[in-house]
Amino acid sequence: MARFVAHGFLRLDGVVPRELNEEAPGVFAAGLPSVPYGTPVRKAFPEGSFARRLLELPAVAGALESLVGPDPTVDHHHVHTREPREGSAQPLHADALIDVRPDAFDVQLMYYPQEVTADMGGTLIVPGSHLRRTNESDTGRYQNLRGQTRLTCPAGTVLLLHHGIWHGGRRNDSDTVRHMYKIRFNPTVPQVRLWDTADLHDPAVREELRRTFAWYEPATGRLEVHNRIRLWRLLSADPDFDIEYWATRISNRPAHRSHA
Amino acid sequence: MTSPNTVRQQVLVLYLATSALDAPVIGWARYDGTGATRPTTGDTDEPPYETGVAALEDGWRLIQAAPLIPPYPGAEHETSFLKHEFFFERLVAA
Repeated sequence: MARFVAHGFLRLDGVVPRELNEEAPGVFAAGLPSVPYGTPVRKAFPEGSFARRLLELPAVAGALESLVGPDPTVDHHHVHTREPREGSAQPLHADALIDVRPDAFDVQLMYYPQEVTADMGGTLIVPGSHLRRTNESDTGRYQNLRGQTRLTCPAGTVLLLHHGIWHGGRRNDSDTVRHMYKIRFNPTVPQVRLWDTADLHDPAVREELRRTFAWYEPATGRLEVHNRIRLWRLLSADPDFDIEYWATRISNRPAHRSHA
Repeated sequence: MTSPNTVRQQVLVLYLATSALDAPVIGWARYDGTGATRPTTGDTDEPPYETGVAALEDGWRLIQAAPLIPPYPGAEHETSFLKHEFFFERLVAA
């Protein structure tokens, strides 16, 4: 969870079995069933359906429940296709509308049924961009950022992303069509301690949360860590959590304390 | 109709780690008015220059630098766009 809060996404390489990956192109070609916004997963994807079997894979189900809890609703789903030599990339963007909820987040699942090589236009993802307050493609001017992830992955890879992450479909310079199946999930329960918290106080948690990325301006990177502290306090139900005293120091206002 | 000898503008946008022009490059974008190249999103992981000054040394002319704007009151801890944006141009015969 700390990795998700710092990076804004989790990556599960090759977790989908070959049979499902081989079935995917036919499912995509046949067209996805229509799912009204906000439909519970069980209703949106009936038992035995392709999407249901994808979501029931233990690695996927476990990660999703840790992030959005049990019984999330399906916001929408869609197959994104990058055509061979189509000549353009998507501008860097965050999906939907600028979304600054301090105590909730949606998760987007991205599933790649085929191996994605460097020239196939794998998704560009900017680690640690999810807490930036920008609207949709207003970031389109940023073509490249240090430390960006230009996705290459084995077949059957799943990404789980915070709704605010900056990303974009890259230009497909290969002769192979590339598919990505996306499902957006909305939580229906408070996202507090939904994951295995046995190692909550492991020093590695704090180390992960204080991580910076090569594209951060150093000064703004400190703000990013501060904002992760705020989010972690909510997710872990620990209002005193801090890193290097940053959040505590700037909230110390002795004149406002009760002396009763 | 344009003359074959018309000069074209190439634009380089560098995002730097601080407001200083000699600070390290953390992000970049390129636009080519000659049409000879088509830079786009996510096309390279390595910046064209290590610092803003390195671009000057290579002949790029600085045409705009982001002003330093105080944070909006109440939003001092929020993060948004990259702050230190520098536009350069180079004029080339096309």
